[in-house]
Parts: sequence; structure tokens; C-alpha cells
Amino acid sequence: MTLRRIELLLALLGAGALVLAAMTTPWLKFVLTIALAKGIAVLGIMLLLRAGQVSFGHALYVALGAYAVAFLAPVLPDAALLLPAAALTTAVVGTLIGLFVSRYREIFFGMLNLALSMVFYSMLEKFYHYTKGTDGIRVPPLTVAGLELDRVTHEWTIFGIALALALGFGAFARVYLASPMGQALTAIKTRETRLDFMGVSARSVLLAAYVLSATMAGCAGALIAMATRHVTPLLSYWTASGELVFIAILGGAGGVLGPFLGAVTYELVRVYAAATVADMWQMILGAVLLLVILFARGGIWGLLALRLQRRGAA
Amino acid sequence: MGNWFTENGPLLGLALLDGIASAALIFMVAVGLNLVFGVLRVLNVAHGSLFAIGAYAAASVGFFAASAGLPAWASLPALLFAAMLVGLVLGPLIERLLLRRIYDEEPVLQLLVTFALFMILEDAQKLVWGVQPVSFSTPVSLMGTVDVPFGTDVIPYNTYQVILLPAVAVVTLVGLAIFLRRTLTGRVILAVTMDREAATAMGIDARKVFLLTFTFGAMLAALGGALSTPTSSLVPGIGASTIVLSFAVVATAGLGQIEGAALTALMIGIGRSIAVTFYPELEVVVPYIIMVAVLLVRPQGLFGVVETRRV
Repeated sequence: MTLRRIELLLALLGAGALVLAAMTTPWLKFVLTIALAKGIAVLGIMLLLRAGQVSFGHALYVALGAYAVAFLAPVLPDAALLLPAAALTTAVVGTLIGLFVSRYREIFFGMLNLALSMVFYSMLEKFYHYTKGTDGIRVPPLTVAGLELDRVTHEWTIFGIALALALGFGAFARVYLASPMGQALTAIKTRETRLDFMGVSARSVLLAAYVLSATMAGCAGALIAMATRHVTPLLSYWTASGELVFIAILGGAGGVLGPFLGAVTYELVRVYAAATVADMWQMILGAVLLLVILFARGGIWGLLALRLQRRGAA
Repeated sequence: MGNWFTENGPLLGLALLDGIASAALIFMVAVGLNLVFGVLRVLNVAHGSLFAIGAYAAASVGFFAASAGLPAWASLPALLFAAMLVGLVLGPLIERLLLRRIYDEEPVLQLLVTFALFMILEDAQKLVWGVQPVSFSTPVSLMGTVDVPFGTDVIPYNTYQVILLPAVAVVTLVGLAIFLRRTLTGRVILAVTMDREAATAMGIDARKVFLLTFTFGAMLAALGGALSTPTSSLVPGIGASTIVLSFAVVATAGLGQIEGAALTALMIGIGRSIAVTFYPELEVVVPYIIMVAVLLVRPQGLFGVVETRRV
């Protein structure tokens, strides 16, 4: 079996396992919905990592997607309309910001994103009249495609949407990375100047990936808003961006399964560990991040792929 | 316009003084960040945490000095002592244990490593000093106020912020310029900044220079923090806002520029304090508007030099 087939098989098996886990342990459903949503956002981070760029501010788009849902919900109380609306909002904002940040690489790229997300965070906090500040906004109960759902069905629906989006975006990212656009993206990391010499605009290649990653983060934010039914400025705080980068490195940027492996692992560990070590959570994340970077650079997916390839060779 | 001036003159003067005081602090942090980047080619995201830890350590040492019965004037040397201590302990520790491993890595990994360090230090700081606001203002009340003439008005302002902070910043700027251009160690640092390979080929021990520069940069960050202690109450999160603000200064000035950083710090500091006074909602946004405006016109920063690209 080729690695490609194995990936597909693993994705389907993983999806099945998630559904099974959500069925047997009802409270896991919520945790896994959040994990899938974060996995989608991290998939966008991974696209940028392929180009050798890291954004310390993508929580901006997660929060933007979530607030888009919270603001539009009173006038547009349907998940099937809110999700595309949130995606569209983040795609538009992502394009505007992307036009600016795609001129920069590495340090500037990372820090400009961080700066913009901090600005967005303090705006959410300060413009109390519109955003209710740190109290956040409650999302009213939503219908899905015109249907009024009871609580459990609603939870299942959001979980289902998250899973479908995760599979869809995952498959899309796979195809995208194999396409000329995706290949050019990795070329930005190896030697950008050569790309320019070939007549390919590195800037628009990065911009396209940036808008995609912003849209994915926006969808993730919309899902989080629908699942938690409450949005706060903390969604865009730098720790949230750090979390996304952490998951990307933990899961591994080598394959599209990495972000989801990382996100599920992260959320499950967090459920058990964060309560007991709440004061040290960031510290533990930082330490694990250092260990992964220094000793297991491919992340969880890297370790797994190595195993699979060895077995294939034997 | 003239009418506006007579009405808001004192307010504007106050904003200018606020701006100069905060510019002095921003400069101390930004110049350290810049120096470290110039030599190590690593942007230290944890630089803001060093500022925060310096600030908290200064408060602790200040309280300790007060409880030990030392006279009030001793609080100033206590601030300095705290900053030196933080820089001398954390600087070499971070450089030796962590940064040394990643000098040859790609930039994105270097960023990730210092970001991880930032996450660790932010929690370490919360564990040691808690999340309740800490404030220690003895030096400010000690130094009293001074009347600053502004046009026809006279603005009373505290001496600490309007005289001591700018003086320290100017001394740092001039001292650094003399140190880098006139002393042997300084020239060695400059040589490594300009061309690491050539400098190493001339027999310079780059590793020693890295250690020295990073420790020095850490001390500058901690000193900035220690000097900020008397004028603000310390809360978790100052590390994050400091690194972002000082990066804005460094990016606007151009990476590696020291005198440029001073001018930019002044620009951003005053811009921000004018916003605080007249349009408080815009306080956080102003530094970045300045930065984005500058970068749109000059992507390499106001004083930066365009680097040639490798093929």
C-alpha cells in the first residue's frame, strides 16, 4: 500500500474512531468537536509552515469567525448560513491583511501577525458597546438548515459538520499541496528567489495559502462559537495563537493527518491535565514544544509515518 | 486651530511628557532586542518576558530593601541591582542551554524555540509573583515633581519620569554607541554583526560574542522592566505587550539599527500618549498604524538597509 492510501485509510479509521468515542462517552462529543475545529485551524497553520512561515497570530481569524457567528446569529439564526458567512468574512479580512503580510517572511511575517492579533484582541476588549468586552457574547440557539433541533441532536449536528469539514479540508489540503500552487509553496521555503526567476510570483503563492489558512481558521472559529455558544476576546489572545502553533508542531507538518492527530491528542490531554496544572499549562506546552523541536521534529505524524514506511520497506 | 491650542495646550504638553517617558522605556527594551538580533540573527520572542521578570524582580528587591530598614534612596540602586541580577542569571542560562543549539537552524525553528521559551517564562513569572497587581512606587514619590514650562503654561510632572528615565535612555544610547565603535569588545561585536563568517575567519570567537551580547541584551530588557516598575502596576501579560511593542519599534526603525530605534521609540511613544490623551480607544492601535504606514512605504524600515538576495 502506498503512503497515500494508508493516509486515506487512517483518516477514515480515525473518523470512525471519533464517532464511536462520541457515541460511547457523550461528554467526549464536545471535546472532540473542539478538537476537530482546532485541527481545521491548524491545517491552515500547516500550509504556512510548508512555506517556512509561522504565524503567531492566527487566533485572530478564529476569533473573527466566532464573532461573525455571534454578531450575525440574531439576524441569521441558521448554522447552514452562518458557517459560509463566517468563512466569507475571514476570507475577505484574510485577503486584506494577507496583501500586507505576504510581503514579509519569517520574523516579520510571524511578528506582524502577532501584532495584528493583539490589536484585534484589545479592540474586542475595549469597544464594549459592540462586543460586551471581556464578558463576551452569548450565541442564541441556532437552527440547522431550517430545522429546530433539541440539545443532543444539535450537539451531534455540530460534531457531524466539524467532522465533515475536517475530512473535506484535509482532502483539499492534500490535493492543494500536490498541485503546482502547493509545490510552489514549499519552494518558498527552499529558495524563494529561484521561484521568482521562473516567473512565479512567490507573493501571490503565499497570499493564496494565507487566505486559505485564514478561511480555515474562520470556519474553526465558527464551529467553536456554535459548540460553546459563547464567544470572548480570549479566543484571539496570543496564547490561543500559540496553542495553534503548538498543535501544528506536536502533530507534525509532514502530512494532513498531523494537525488532527495533534489537536485530538492536545484536547484529550488538556481535559485531564489542565485542571490539575492550570497554573503551569503554558509552561508545560512550551517545554513539550521545545522537546518536539529539538528531538522529534516530525511530530506525532512524523513518528507514525516513519514506522509505516519501515514496515513498507521490510 | 489657535483656539484648540489654548484650550488643549496643557493636555498636549502632558501627552508629550508621557510620550517621552514611555519612549525611554520602550527604547531600553527595543535596543536590547535589536542588538541581540543583529549579532545572533535570532529574534528573541522571550525578550518581553525578561522585561517582565526584571520589573517583578525590581519590585521584590525594592520591598525587601524597605523591609530591611534601608533608607528610601536605596530603592533606586535596588532597581538596578535587580535588573543586573536577572540579566546575569537568565541571560547566560538561556544562551548556553537553548539558543546555542539552534544557531544553524532555519529561522522558523529559531522563532518557535524562543516562542516556546516565552510560554515557559510567562508561566514561571505567574508562579513566582502571582496574578495580583504589584506596585512599588517609592522612587517616584522620593524624587518629587518638577515644573515643566510648556508655552505659556507650567506643567508639574514627576521628576522620575521626565528627567531620570530619559537620562538613562540617553546614557544607554550614547554609551552603547561609544562602546560599539571605540572599544575592542564593541568592535568585535560589530564585526560579528556585519559578517559572521569573515569575523570568525579573523580569529574572533563568535560563541563568546553571542554569550556576551545575549547577556547584555537580557540586562537591558530587565533594566527597562526595573525602571518601569515605579510608574506602573505590574500584571500578567506585560511581557506579551512589551515584546509586540518593542518589535513594532524595531521593525519601524529597521532591524539592527540602534540610533534609529531611539528616534522610532520617541515617535511611537509620543504617538501613543497623544492617542491615550485624546482618543483613548485607539491607544493600542496607534503604534501599529505607525508601523504599518512606515512598512508600506519602506519595507526595510525607516533606517534599514536592503539586503541582497541569495539565489
